[in-house]
Amino acid sequence: MEGVVNVAPEAKNRLTFDLAAQPLRELNRFLHHDLAGTGVTHVDVINPDGTHNIAVGVDAPVRIDVDGHAGYYCAGMNKLAQVNVNGNVGPGVAEGMVSGTVHVKGFASVSAGAAAHGGLLVIEKDASLRCGISMKGVDIVVGGSVGDFSAFMAQAGRLVICGDAGDALGDSLYEAVIYVRGKVASFGADAHEEPMSDADFVAVEELLARARIKHDPKQFRRVASKRELYHWNADADQEY
Amino acid sequence: MCGIVGLLVKKPQLREQLGSLMMPMLIGMTERGPDSAGLAVFTEALPEDQRKYSLCAPEWEYDWAGFEAEFIRHFGTEAAIRTKGNHAVLTCDEPAASVRPWAARVFPDLHVLCAGRQVDIYKDIGNPADVAARYDFDTLTGTHLVGHTRMATESAVTPDRAHPFTAGEDFCLVHNGSLSNPYQIRRKLEPLGIRFDTDNDTEAACRYFEWRMREGDDLESAIRSGFDELDGFYTFLMGSREALALVRDAFACKPAVVAETEDYVAVSSEYRSLARLPGVKNANVFEPVPEEIYVWRVS
Repeated sequence: MEGVVNVAPEAKNRLTFDLAAQPLRELNRFLHHDLAGTGVTHVDVINPDGTHNIAVGVDAPVRIDVDGHAGYYCAGMNKLAQVNVNGNVGPGVAEGMVSGTVHVKGFASVSAGAAAHGGLLVIEKDASLRCGISMKGVDIVVGGSVGDFSAFMAQAGRLVICGDAGDALGDSLYEAVIYVRGKVASFGADAHEEPMSDADFVAVEELLARARIKHDPKQFRRVASKRELYHWNADADQEY
Repeated sequence: MCGIVGLLVKKPQLREQLGSLMMPMLIGMTERGPDSAGLAVFTEALPEDQRKYSLCAPEWEYDWAGFEAEFIRHFGTEAAIRTKGNHAVLTCDEPAASVRPWAARVFPDLHVLCAGRQVDIYKDIGNPADVAARYDFDTLTGTHLVGHTRMATESAVTPDRAHPFTAGEDFCLVHNGSLSNPYQIRRKLEPLGIRFDTDNDTEAACRYFEWRMREGDDLESAIRSGFDELDGFYTFLMGSREALALVRDAFACKPAVVAETEDYVAVSSEYRSLARLPGVKNANVFEPVPEEIYVWRVS
């Protein structure tokens, strides 16, 4: 993946949308309906200014560079596209992503990568609460720290946290795996630390390389499900 | 949903532009709160012995001259009144303890929106752009302000239930979210002689914090005690004489984003309403962490 740098678009396979001058719908309509026939492989979005729903539901192997801060649900439901955001994103970035890559240079608000099935989500700075909530196969790499309730009910995929994790990390985890480098404020129900296997070190190394974030994989710990919630335990204390 | 905005200018020469800088912020939050809008602006302080009261009348055309004459006749004192349609700011040397009960008795159709030496409040139902134009928000001057666009969930759409809410003097609060125990708070405060103007949940939070501060808490401790007492979702933005304060509940379901430069601190529910501020592209932009109290003081 190339760096997230915008240059003046000159090539005919490259197109710019200026959201200060054009409604968002023009961009998304182009990406959904008109892209295929044009030969455009690279779309620049300038002056995003926190607009919601930028490049949602894209279903094509196109590169989209957003130069600035995006609002809610940026690159939601992404399939195949490579979306780079040279700024911060609001809630729900790459929610429901199926494949492709979403790379955020800044921070992400709540629910980053929520319920995403596949692809790679990279957040270079912090991600807020509920990062990777109910993730279903996506890989998420966070260069900074994540907020409380991250990977809540996460079902599949991997969440790499290069900084610290907030409270209730991995609450009610299924088969998703978390790799954390910093401190964990607290584990959620059924989440615990496990020894790193050789395969885990390889996985972290590979994910960090794809995210272009440099750390020593040996510094990471594995958090996974104790699988005690998989079965109802009638003998357990049912007082809440 | 609702939208909150706040702006504190750090340089005295920017105080003249406070309203015009804020305008795109408030308008940018229209989708989050299209049914009412309001704003509290903190101005130069009146002398110690003077007070001003923001008043709201039920009709746009109101006999403010008659009101003023009756005020002067009753109190036998000087008063100045600045009017803007159904809103007026009365300046006088009578304390709130005299003015509020008198107004409630003689002019029961008027709402006293706030009292103090610095704060003016304008709030009404309608689209934020219309409300802002109605009261010339773009011409407002001062050190800091808090604004709100409302999408009502917890009480009716009426001018007095629009935000900001106020309690005591020179203190106001806007809220994005909903409280689940406002009546519990009311039942705690009303026996202490604290009266409520509306059935709105935000008013309960506002009066709770103001009560804590009268009991001796500073703003930070008052907010911290709210972590135990106030149940629900909230991003609260508060204005006091010398500061803006921001806090989000532990679950941070209600958004907030801050942009800070050498010239200003700007707070909004979403970045899109900060995007028109000068120099914002180079601002320190961050998302406030849940249950952390952010206070910015007027320099």
